[in-house]
Amino acid sequence: MSGVRLLVGTRKGAFVLTSDGKRKAWDVAGPHFAGWEIYHLKGSPVDPNRIYASQSSGWFGQQIQRSEDGGRSWAPVDNKFAYDGTPGTHQWYDGTAHPWEFKRVWHLEPSLTDPDTVYAGVEDAALFRTTDGGQTWQEMPGLRGHGSGPNWHPGAGGMCLHTILLHPTDPKRIFIAISAAGAFRTDDGGTTWKPINRGLRSQYIPDPEAEVGHCVHRIALHPSRPDVLFMQKHWDVMRSDDAGDSWHEVSGNLPTDFGFPIDVHAHEPDTIYVVPIKSDSEHYPPDGKLRVYRSRTGGGEWEALTKGLPQEHCFVNVLRDAMSVDTLDACGVYFGTTGGQIYASPDAGDSWTAIARDLPAVLSVEAQTLP
Amino acid sequence: MIRVALPTHLRTLAKVDGEVELDVAGAVTQRAVLDALEARYPVLRGAIRDHGTLKRRAFVRFYACERDLSHDSPDDPLPDEVARGAEPFQVIGAIVGG
Repeated sequence: MSGVRLLVGTRKGAFVLTSDGKRKAWDVAGPHFAGWEIYHLKGSPVDPNRIYASQSSGWFGQQIQRSEDGGRSWAPVDNKFAYDGTPGTHQWYDGTAHPWEFKRVWHLEPSLTDPDTVYAGVEDAALFRTTDGGQTWQEMPGLRGHGSGPNWHPGAGGMCLHTILLHPTDPKRIFIAISAAGAFRTDDGGTTWKPINRGLRSQYIPDPEAEVGHCVHRIALHPSRPDVLFMQKHWDVMRSDDAGDSWHEVSGNLPTDFGFPIDVHAHEPDTIYVVPIKSDSEHYPPDGKLRVYRSRTGGGEWEALTKGLPQEHCFVNVLRDAMSVDTLDACGVYFGTTGGQIYASPDAGDSWTAIARDLPAVLSVEAQTLP
Repeated sequence: MIRVALPTHLRTLAKVDGEVELDVAGAVTQRAVLDALEARYPVLRGAIRDHGTLKRRAFVRFYACERDLSHDSPDDPLPDEVARGAEPFQVIGAIVGG
């Protein structure tokens, strides 16, 4: 019988939750790497038992761990992320030029076809790649070399490359997003990149419609329609129908259009999910009610999903990498909170259950659908 | 034989219990001890000193013989008690964050 494995990264370790296809009873294993920040874990689409994890610490730096057995055991691989050539500078919070400094890996995106190839999005923002299963990492320097790099600046969480979307059929096309520079696309396998931020409007920057400088929080696509992109920006939920060349707002009737994650239903490319958060200064849901909002129309019209979610006194946040979907029928949707809860919906969001309640603050959730 | 005491997270990372004992050829300095430590446990590369610059990470300290050696030159000789194995060279995760 098929099943689901959730890879959960937290402030104090990694957890692996497993269930059969009913998704009612869950086994919780962990913490792995106890006491370390686990920003992200993700399995290879072609070898789901091959999992990569980003393990970091303010004291002891970055480690990358690899599992060959679905997260039961782990071995460290290379942890050296050296910028290509002279790193150069980007803007610091006070507007001065600040040298590029590696801090941590935010996101790991395994290749869709090769388990030894993985892309890593890092802080300070850059894209790295391994083609030998993590034994060595090389920067893909065309992104920082785009020319706008000296004008990029950090958001409150640091200047991180947090989103990597691989095109399902065109291996030369990749989308990435940086907070707070914006979204970029390559059509030549990473040699050259272009900003794809036309249509974004950010009141908090001097030119609200600048080519770069937007605080993009997350982008998502459906593999059957990869030129349609959905974005949760710092404020605004956005949609592009032309692979990012232009965007339009689809916040519609959301109670607030601030938030972090956005994801797409596994079988319905126009069904998308967000978790509205009150504001950038109050990182918790409006009115103390934790509500996932679902649009079945590709944005614009949204419905609140509340069954099983706390509807009073809830003041947690849901971070950008902390939502994921499985590919079972019906589609399962999962998210984790900064309060340590993991919520699961086996019915595409209609109802929710807390399958873990007291984990450390959740940084990321990835669902693997197992045969 | 040089004794090195690692903090919990680095012992876990290196999969060691208790102190590490190292043979260090030549002068016993921070650099020589850390080079030997990283040669034995490559997973510690980048965890105590930055890759490339080999500078001590900001929140790592070096103690020995009740002295803070963190700001000494990495090429200064370590105390004789460390060189003789009478006292450990301690790698400390600094207390930070309140």
